[in-house]
Amino acid sequence: MSVTLTENAAKRVQTFLAKRGGVGLRLAVKTSGCSGMAYALEFADCADKDDLCFESHGVTLLIDPKSLPYVKGTELDFVREGLNEGFKFNNPNVKNECGCGESFNV
Amino acid sequence: MALLQIAEPGLSAAPHQHRLAVGIDLGTTNSLVASVFSGTAEVIRDEAGRALLPSVVRYRANHAEPVVGHEALAEQSANPRDTLSSIKRLMGRGLGDLGDLGDLGDVDNIGDMPYVFVDSPGMVSIATVAGVKSPVEVSADILTSLRRRAESALGGELTGAVITVPAYFDDAQRQATKDAARLAGLNVLRLLNEPTAAAVAYGLDNASEGIFAVFDLGGGTFDISILKLSRGVFEVLATNGDAALGGDDFDQRIYAWIVASAGLVAPGPHAARRLLTLARNAKEALSTAQTTAITATLADHQAVCLTLSREKFDELTADLVARTLKPTRKALRDAGLTVQDVKGVVLVGGSTRMPSVRASVAEYFRQAPLTDLDPDQVVAIGAAMQANALAGNRKGDEWLLLDVCPLSLGLETMGGLVEKIIPRNSTIPTARAQEFTTFKDGQTAMSLHVLQGERELVADCRSLARFELRGIPPMVAGAARIRVTFQIDADNLLSVSAREQSTGIEATVAVKPSYGLEDRQIARMLEDAHGRAEADMKLRMLRENQVEGRRMIDATEAALAEDGEDLLSPPERDEIARHIYALADIIETGDGDSVKILKAACDALNSATQEFAARRMDAGVKRALSGRRLEDLGLTAVTG
Repeated sequence: MSVTLTENAAKRVQTFLAKRGGVGLRLAVKTSGCSGMAYALEFADCADKDDLCFESHGVTLLIDPKSLPYVKGTELDFVREGLNEGFKFNNPNVKNECGCGESFNV
Repeated sequence: MALLQIAEPGLSAAPHQHRLAVGIDLGTTNSLVASVFSGTAEVIRDEAGRALLPSVVRYRANHAEPVVGHEALAEQSANPRDTLSSIKRLMGRGLGDLGDLGDLGDVDNIGDMPYVFVDSPGMVSIATVAGVKSPVEVSADILTSLRRRAESALGGELTGAVITVPAYFDDAQRQATKDAARLAGLNVLRLLNEPTAAAVAYGLDNASEGIFAVFDLGGGTFDISILKLSRGVFEVLATNGDAALGGDDFDQRIYAWIVASAGLVAPGPHAARRLLTLARNAKEALSTAQTTAITATLADHQAVCLTLSREKFDELTADLVARTLKPTRKALRDAGLTVQDVKGVVLVGGSTRMPSVRASVAEYFRQAPLTDLDPDQVVAIGAAMQANALAGNRKGDEWLLLDVCPLSLGLETMGGLVEKIIPRNSTIPTARAQEFTTFKDGQTAMSLHVLQGERELVADCRSLARFELRGIPPMVAGAARIRVTFQIDADNLLSVSAREQSTGIEATVAVKPSYGLEDRQIARMLEDAHGRAEADMKLRMLRENQVEGRRMIDATEAALAEDGEDLLSPPERDEIARHIYALADIIETGDGDSVKILKAACDALNSATQEFAARRMDAGVKRALSGRRLEDLGLTAVTG
């Protein structure tokens, strides 16, 4: 089971990386937030030696081994909701999340 | 499900702690809002994908919400009196200032505004169907529209905003802008000079080093700034400009040309609006096309069918383009630089799209200007970057931003002269202190008058505030030490405090500038200062000598009252009195040429009192040696 990007998300990430530089996108899960876990999405300047790498539509996704169990099979999408646009996690592991969706539980 | 943005390594925010911050370019013609998305500053567009929000507000009857932006602009010709545009020109201005604004250029645009002006305390207001609206309220409506756009795009309430203002805005205008933001429910992180914001946008993206000029020709204002960029640190070396020159003036030229060429008779407010819109469209078309057609049929069946060529347009506006170069030269001179030192020129403002403007800039600076970023968006983008940093979404101290105060700040001294405490183009935030003293013996209070401007005389500068320091212990003139501190915060707002050093009594004023009451046109203030430097210097010399003369008269009179009877014969007393009267007479009737006569009269009094001064000295020494005074004092203490 890996983690993937939708084509739309990959395009956006590539645009950002082209402007900013960096080796890829780091996806992590932190134990915080009102419902247990929270996602973190950061630019990656280098890969750590424990990192797991996934390639998706030409973008390198870096995930630390501790985070991986929480996000296995997740698809990262880039969506537009009205004027608001940003990244959305389609995570099959999630059992419930807080009302705002910023944090979740497995 | 909330949507996430990509953060810099190690900087992802905890849930519910995203600090949403925006940069707002509150322009005369158009306004924009921008924010940082996944590390990149971008302008936030509306539902229709438009970045610019025309700074136009249409007020409606029966408490209906005002219409802001494109819709208001489209209906402007139908509702000229209730559709307010270019309102930024009125920020912090009184009705009395409007004439000043108009006749700076030969086109009296303010006078041509089809509005019903109401002179309300402090700032001019406009009567609309929705009641009297001040420029602050109108600006607040524009800012509210931008805030809503940003909040729906960012999906949450804003932590704060950075709002840009022209470098030439004085304290009253800056305060008015802050008030408008507060009214719109925005937390102002800071106000940022527009050219500085442009430099932020360019400097960070391109990591350039060297001296840069920011040439900002917007809808209503022209600013030129000379900046030094080195290793990500910005320093504004000098700013200059013209607070009443912009794209609107170019529109007015075309408008006047249309009226003259089509032989129109006194167009009413509707027709005027319509023609101004046509003029603006024609100007924009000529940035890419060589000719453009202007056709319209007005309500009173007068027809307009004209063709405007770029050559004709350039000819109509050549003097406006030329007017940008004078402040440019001055800014370079203030910075102590020449054209050769300038490494690059940044163009800001939609009006810099005009080929004639670009050509003129390229010719003056002998290089093609930079246009990497959209000149309409560059200011908002820089403001967004600054807002992002200030809101704490970025590691601090990565870059520092130095700004300058546009006009000197000072204090009134005897003789109606201005003592400058913070010179113009000082980097801010800053604090400067200077010591002052009393003029009269036994003086227990001091009135402090805070002024802004480049001229030497109080009457020619702008009054910002007055306050009093009371409770100074009685001392002889010149013995008290009063330390006056001027402090400008990061928003270019001023606080002044005065402290008597021996007792520590203190008085402070935070300058809540009276909105433009005695305001003068800023650009003119600077031009005047340069043009009349010599006359000002002469006047200052005269005033200084007059003050010196008065001080001598006071001192002589005090000495006469004390020892005149004992030490001088009646003829000697008359002789000194005659010199006092002569000097007083010259001071009262003095004009610019009488410095010599005044000095001569001072010298005459001086020599006439020399003998008297010597006798007083002798008497003083005698008294001290005999110790009589000390005994007297001792006796008083025992008996009292």
